[in-house]
Amino acid sequence: MTASVLNFVVRYSPLLILALGWELVSRLGLVSSDALPPLTAVGAAWIDMMHDGDFLSNGFAAFYHSDLVVNGAASLWRAGAGLSLAIVIGGALGILMARWRAVNIVFGPIVEIFYPVPKSALIPVTIIWLGLGDGSKILLIFLGCMIPVTIGAFNGARAAEQTLVWSARSMGADRVRTLWDVVVPSALPELLNGIRTALALAFILLVSSELITSQNGFGYLIGSLGDNGSYDAMYAVVLTVALLGFAADRLYQMLMRRMLIWRQ
Amino acid sequence: MAQIVVDGVRHLYRPPRGKPVLALEDVTLEVREREFLALLGPSGCGKSTLLYLIGGFLPVEGGSIAVDGKPVTAPGPDRGIVFQHFALFPWKTVRGNVLYGLERQGLPSAERQRRAQQFIDLVGLTGFEDSFPSHLSGGMKQRAAIARTLAFDPKILLMDEPFGALDAQTRHLMQSELLGIWQRTPKTVIFVTHDVQEAVYLADRVAVMSARPGRIKTIVDIRLDKADPNVFKAKAFVEKVDEIWGLVKEEAIKAQGARAS
Repeated sequence: MTASVLNFVVRYSPLLILALGWELVSRLGLVSSDALPPLTAVGAAWIDMMHDGDFLSNGFAAFYHSDLVVNGAASLWRAGAGLSLAIVIGGALGILMARWRAVNIVFGPIVEIFYPVPKSALIPVTIIWLGLGDGSKILLIFLGCMIPVTIGAFNGARAAEQTLVWSARSMGADRVRTLWDVVVPSALPELLNGIRTALALAFILLVSSELITSQNGFGYLIGSLGDNGSYDAMYAVVLTVALLGFAADRLYQMLMRRMLIWRQ
Repeated sequence: MAQIVVDGVRHLYRPPRGKPVLALEDVTLEVREREFLALLGPSGCGKSTLLYLIGGFLPVEGGSIAVDGKPVTAPGPDRGIVFQHFALFPWKTVRGNVLYGLERQGLPSAERQRRAQQFIDLVGLTGFEDSFPSHLSGGMKQRAAIARTLAFDPKILLMDEPFGALDAQTRHLMQSELLGIWQRTPKTVIFVTHDVQEAVYLADRVAVMSARPGRIKTIVDIRLDKADPNVFKAKAFVEKVDEIWGLVKEEAIKAQGARAS
């Protein structure tokens, strides 16, 4: 246990050095404290924001917009909904494309043409379709995240060994059953890697869409705090998003290792 | 009447690129119930293709194949298969693999567990029930695959060079164990191999196939005392091996020539 804690400290010590450097350059006036407020000031702003707004005694409408938790919840809902849709629909599409030629003929070119499109370019489009609320953000995250999930599922399912499929068939599994029992687990390693890419993409698309038009969420907070010149608070939100993204990725990797335990 | 009747089967192999190749031409073969038949031939002669056709994994396009009088149209649990590279589900443990076929047969849970353990014990994998295939040696993987196939009790066992990926000692051991298992749980076995000694040692009859396009060139009856531990040194054994090797050699040379041209 202590060894793993030590390991963690050593591994992330560059971050600690970076944090110290940040504090120093700001305190010593090497950069303007507007451009880069000291890390301690950012930390203080973060604590303020966590205390700001009391959501226990008031109803939903009474939340302060500056409240980190409320905005965070709005953001995580959008990212979670978009990503979940992408995993279910993208995963199914990729696997069906790999196993049925007709599906590949129809959807293959669509995925190919959509692949290089910068998904942030679609922000205005999704707003026209679904308005300024959650819907447009969820759609954008879904569209962006679907690509790596679909490609991962497709490559994984295509690599499913023919003899495994045949083995299942000879033991009495029908085609649908074989898809679920053999093709999906065969595709899992690549599919899970695709989902990891999608997870990072979800945060990117979330914040960029909220920065452009939103009434709440992390992106909205970053934008409005920046406009108001509350730079320490703005940095606090940026760091929160970064840490959440990092934590999500670490958790996901743990989950992935669990699900692929048979490969070790 | 024979259990498996292959009548005038012809098969075109269509590679993803390039021209179709005639893999099998006019293959006719009958296999009796509980017979151990080896399919022997040079590589590329279509012996595995013939096995996959009988298994129902590939569509029969020319001629016909019937098992117990019914034409083969799809894979089914009456025909179990063992592949050269084991084809175990890597995400399932040994027990999970053996249970899979039993689950598909809809056996009650207690019965499934009992049967799985019985066949894991039979192939000598007791103690490795909860191991994943990636932790097993090649020989152990093939034991697990054989247990998985025997457990759901197919009438016919199709074996596609099952010991071809194993080292010489393991192969030897597995051959005698397979013979032992087959004598205790008699099934019809079609065993694809390119190893003449293996074919003569295991089979009741050896069907020698010609170079591509594959045909049944000759069928040789083998009558040897398999219980004899020194059967490999017996005069009858050596003579059979020589006789069949002579037949296969011609075809192997033809196959080489076809490839060189």
